[in-house]
Amino acid sequence: MIPKGFLKFVAKRTVLLLISLVIAVYISILLANFGGLIDEMVKADLLMSITMNVRNNPAYQGLTASERQRIIDSMYQAALEARGLNTPFLVRSLYHLKNALTMDLGTALYLTSDSGSKQVRLIILERLPQTVMLFTTVTVINFFLNLLGGLFIARKYGSKIDRAIAALAPTSVIPGWVYGIFLILIFYTWLHVLPPGGLVDYPPPKDPALYFLSVLKHMILPMLSWIIAGLFLGLYSNRTFFLIFSTEDYVEVARAKGLPPRQVDMGYVMRPTLPSIITGLSLAIIGSWGGAIITETVFDWPGLGRLLAAALSYPDPPVIVGEVAIYAWLLTITVLTLDVIYAFLDPRVKVWGG
Amino acid sequence: MGWLKTGSPKPSAGLKGVLREVLSYKSAVAGIVILLFLIGLSVYTVVTIPLPEAIQAWRSSEAWSRNPRNAQPEWIELFYGRKLPRTITVSLGEKASEVLREDGTLSVSWVIHFNYEYDDFPSEIIVFFNSSFVEKPVVDIYWIRPDGDEILLKKHTLRRPDDRLYLSNDLGLELRLERLFESKIGKKPNFTVTVEKGLFSEYSQDPRVLKGLYGMRFETALNKSDVLNAEVVIYGTVHGLAGTDHLRRPLIIGLLWGTPIAMSFGLTTALLTTALGLIIGTISGWYGGKIDTIIQRIVEINAVLPFLPILILLTTFYRIDLFVILLSVVVLSIFSLGIKGTRILVMQIKSYPYIEAAQAYGASNMRLILFYVIPKIMPPVVPGMISSVPGFVFLEAGLSYLGLGDPFLPTWGKIISDAQTNGAFYKGMYYWVLEPAFMLILTAIAFALIGMALERIVNPKLKEL
Repeated sequence: MIPKGFLKFVAKRTVLLLISLVIAVYISILLANFGGLIDEMVKADLLMSITMNVRNNPAYQGLTASERQRIIDSMYQAALEARGLNTPFLVRSLYHLKNALTMDLGTALYLTSDSGSKQVRLIILERLPQTVMLFTTVTVINFFLNLLGGLFIARKYGSKIDRAIAALAPTSVIPGWVYGIFLILIFYTWLHVLPPGGLVDYPPPKDPALYFLSVLKHMILPMLSWIIAGLFLGLYSNRTFFLIFSTEDYVEVARAKGLPPRQVDMGYVMRPTLPSIITGLSLAIIGSWGGAIITETVFDWPGLGRLLAAALSYPDPPVIVGEVAIYAWLLTITVLTLDVIYAFLDPRVKVWGG
Repeated sequence: MGWLKTGSPKPSAGLKGVLREVLSYKSAVAGIVILLFLIGLSVYTVVTIPLPEAIQAWRSSEAWSRNPRNAQPEWIELFYGRKLPRTITVSLGEKASEVLREDGTLSVSWVIHFNYEYDDFPSEIIVFFNSSFVEKPVVDIYWIRPDGDEILLKKHTLRRPDDRLYLSNDLGLELRLERLFESKIGKKPNFTVTVEKGLFSEYSQDPRVLKGLYGMRFETALNKSDVLNAEVVIYGTVHGLAGTDHLRRPLIIGLLWGTPIAMSFGLTTALLTTALGLIIGTISGWYGGKIDTIIQRIVEINAVLPFLPILILLTTFYRIDLFVILLSVVVLSIFSLGIKGTRILVMQIKSYPYIEAAQAYGASNMRLILFYVIPKIMPPVVPGMISSVPGFVFLEAGLSYLGLGDPFLPTWGKIISDAQTNGAFYKGMYYWVLEPAFMLILTAIAFALIGMALERIVNPKLKEL
């Protein structure tokens, strides 16, 4: 059974994080709206569409220019009122805030989803799975690879491989997208064996199995670029971490007792380091949301990052604000999830029960 | 306070001591050498190519018309083992003959010569005219091969005084050259006869450069007041130390200017972020209570504020320069999660006896924070600061790559982005991508090596491992 104190802790954290989320999104809206830029664009868009409608409407063809202008003006005023655009900025910003938080993001100015919708929410939701599929997967792979690899190397302390990893650790300051560029140069430009980017071959294969394989083929280089980028420093820092912990007295005692090495590693070395390791994972996942923006552009991967880049080139403000809002949501959910896991793992933050 | 020091032996932990210890790490020495090189390069760049000049040259399309398009760097020859063509420029110069005709016009001719000793064909041939005339003159241009053959290139009517003749695009000439090859070797050659190959190849089945002294003859009829000058540019396939891009710009300017930009952006951002973060963390830990709560809440809000999207949003909506990008990065970074670590350290230090002693003789909070607490927590912060520089260097490169950096400055990220959008991956123009990437990595590795060595020095636990 879940203890009551734990539920209370989770509820408290949720409320606090939600408040942070609201403030963060509000800040984003204020930034995006500085000078009423978005509102001006929406207004111009409204006026344009109303004018076009009235001009093209046969019912108004017989009217004089000034009468037509009056109709346009009154329709425009009504539309402004309906959208709350003639209210003071403070009220309007709260209206935007509500929309952004409920992901009721309105319509895009230029971009459309693959299914042809102009709904910002649909456009974004269509891209979200691609980003998660690629970057969350690779972050988790990296995490386990570095964890187990670090443990392995810690056992080989002082060996050639250990020293090689330590020497290669500085290469991890180079971000994944730069490695991605190198990988494209090697595997596409030079060897012609892998595609330089995109989600599937063109034209997309009809057979679902072939389609899946094609997507997999396109995932190799972006995933590899992130694995290489994180590998050596990840191995090195995990190894160092385990080494520091494996010199603790209680580990010596466990060894002296004659426990099998595996049990010593898992129960005595890894267990107390778990909270820090989880923190590392959380930071990696948080980083993956942002870092994906550039990597997706490099590999032309149709995820959230590529969408943001596309929205910027127009620019398409509703999509941009929607993206910021969804990133804020993703961050909040990540932070909350990790808070909960952390509370489970670290006895010092076991807030519930005595 | 000199009397305090006299009694005790000189401590080895001063700046000199740290420096000596740093120099005992080979990796750190390598990092320092690279760093000094980059600093030297930055100073050289700023002094020799003033910024306004660099920006203007980088953004002008006209300045580089005499450079080949997408040329590789000259040193690439080492890999090919062949002598690749440089750009050859020849001016008309002295008239070869001048005859007054019955109708009062002058019949003029020029002959120019140049040696072609390269192992590959040129990339493009353009004739730049520079003339003044009353009536549009017709210029007959002949090509004289080293084997003595003469080919009429074009009867060209000048359209403007500064007219340009793009010989490479002349389809008629291409067709005539193809026929010439067919008649000389008796069958169709194995290659497409482009203008460059047709003019510079031996008459053979496969293209082979005919080396030797080439010539060109220009003939025209001019009025007495007319002046005609021309410059023939035979574009090579290599150019300078770094090659050129799709707009014929020498990449070396972008690569050079990228250095001071990346270095100053990375260092300034790292320094400001670390220093301000340190101060905020210290205040949070020292005062506690309401101030602490507020700062911790801001940290949490900042944690869910998506850093890169917000930065991108700012850069798109307010077309801004590097300085504002820098400030935005600093503002978004100072309330990072790293503050929590500083805060806990300060809370521990607060209860140390020497702080209590200082408080007892009436030191102010400001004095305590600046002279008693911050010096104590500085050591682990400095390597962290150095190690954070590469991240900021790559952040600037990434923003430039997305097209969001400073719109005027030539930067490494922008060169990579230019390369990608202009087909460098597809056409195999490695140098275009690898050169800026190499500079980025050099900068990043220098700071990483120094940072890691410092980390080992200040963290004795790491030193043993």
